[in-house]
Amino acid sequence: MATIKQKTQGAISIRNVTKIYDPEGVHVVAMQDCSFEIAAGEFAVIVGPSGCGKTTLLNAIAGFDNITSGEIYLDGELISSPQKQIKPAADRMVVFQNGALFPWKTVIENIIYGPVVQGRMKRSEAIEIAREMMNRVGLNEIEDKYPEELSSGIQRRVEILRALINHPKVVMLDEPFRGLDTVAKTVMHEFLMDIFCAAPRTMFFITHDLDEAIFLGNKVVIMTTRPAQIKKIVHVDLPWPREHHLLGSEKYLELKKEVLEAVHEEARKAFEAGEREMA
Amino acid sequence: MKKFFNVRVLRGFISIVIFVVLWQFVVLVKIPYLENLPYPKEVAVDGINAVGSKTYWFDWGISLSRIFIGFIAAQLIGIPLGLAMGISRVFKGFTFPVFEMLRPIPPIAWIPLAILFWPTRELSIYFLVFIGAFFIIVINVLQGVSNISVSLKWAASSLGARPKDIFWKIMVPGSLPSIVTGMTVGMGVTWNVLIAAEMIAGQGGLGRMTWEAYTNHNIPFIVVGMVSIGVAGYLCSTLIRWLSEKAMPWKKRF
Repeated sequence: MATIKQKTQGAISIRNVTKIYDPEGVHVVAMQDCSFEIAAGEFAVIVGPSGCGKTTLLNAIAGFDNITSGEIYLDGELISSPQKQIKPAADRMVVFQNGALFPWKTVIENIIYGPVVQGRMKRSEAIEIAREMMNRVGLNEIEDKYPEELSSGIQRRVEILRALINHPKVVMLDEPFRGLDTVAKTVMHEFLMDIFCAAPRTMFFITHDLDEAIFLGNKVVIMTTRPAQIKKIVHVDLPWPREHHLLGSEKYLELKKEVLEAVHEEARKAFEAGEREMA
Repeated sequence: MKKFFNVRVLRGFISIVIFVVLWQFVVLVKIPYLENLPYPKEVAVDGINAVGSKTYWFDWGISLSRIFIGFIAAQLIGIPLGLAMGISRVFKGFTFPVFEMLRPIPPIAWIPLAILFWPTRELSIYFLVFIGAFFIIVINVLQGVSNISVSLKWAASSLGARPKDIFWKIMVPGSLPSIVTGMTVGMGVTWNVLIAAEMIAGQGGLGRMTWEAYTNHNIPFIVVGMVSIGVAGYLCSTLIRWLSEKAMPWKKRF
């Protein structure tokens, strides 16, 4: 499967977005005049220094927070501007940095929550679909467990399934594999890759890990230190589905060098800014 | 059977035996200031007699009913109040300052006012028990609500939950662990308050029973009263633990 099916839904357009926290008081400019496009069905990975405003952008797209100026469109529809903020909905699902499975619901109850609360499916229907999804990715036999009984890698997979059962236009993942060891991460990458190749949909993936960024993404968006702007966009034209031996290929190393240079420059700036603040 | 004969149980048993032997020894050698202490055997005999008498269980019934009425009233009023304060900043702004003004007052300090205000002694005692549990449950629920991670609320709203769903499916179960903590601590305080109130103002009840043993200078029976109060408090805490395991199956399994 060298090419993937073209998706028609889930194009995100970020236009001149600025976000200032507490404009009257502390006045922290988190993002300044950010613009970029994510095509429908594209796997976009956002990298940048810590605290640079990546999550701010995610929150704006998801509808959790507003923006100070600019506009964000989803499939041509305005979803966020200073005047208008479309509420969070199942077309834009988020997998959170620290995990947000409901601890008091079992795995299956977590997964079926969306379709049932939306009134889109009956419980029994949703359970059937959820079981099918879990079987397909080898997560059967845990449906009656509570999240805290599972390893964090499994929790993440369940959370991704909970998002996918809603057929979102966009799946946003905020450093979802942070804190996992290398082996677990590899498993997660394969899991995500399988899911993405089986049914491509727009991904908005935030990470610090450059290998992960290039391995997973069609497009790596590198952001600057705060106030966040777009430093560089690197297109990754490696074939799908990606396999781990790619990480040794020449093409991959070239891409990594390109990304690394851009990130390194920003990291140094961030470091120097920190030094100045300390002085 | 194996379960009952493990090392831990054995150690526990030995520690109790040592305690009783020391007690016997202290009485036997008449250590200064402790000359009035009864022998373990006297207490045991009084205890066995008490268990066989109706009035003893009548006192248990009185104390337990006072605890439950005051305690349940505190939960019924305190839990919704705590939730409301946790959810609405405006409501909290209006209620929290007064609440914080009254909260540091030890429940026992309410005794004189309670006796004066309520038409019967019984009502005063219910009220004091209520006070013992009320502030604790409210502050715990409030804390529980504010500790619920914002990602859970956001995740729920992305999944399509309406405000009503977020309240019932996120805020309520999310604050349950704190409700249980509040109840456990509150139950302990409540017994303190109840015993003090019964000794000062009550008719009947385990506190009064113990106090009357004192006025009759029946020292073994004072000890019987103390032990009874301890057992009663322990049973109430166990009941709460049992209820909490039923209410939070996701906490039980490990």
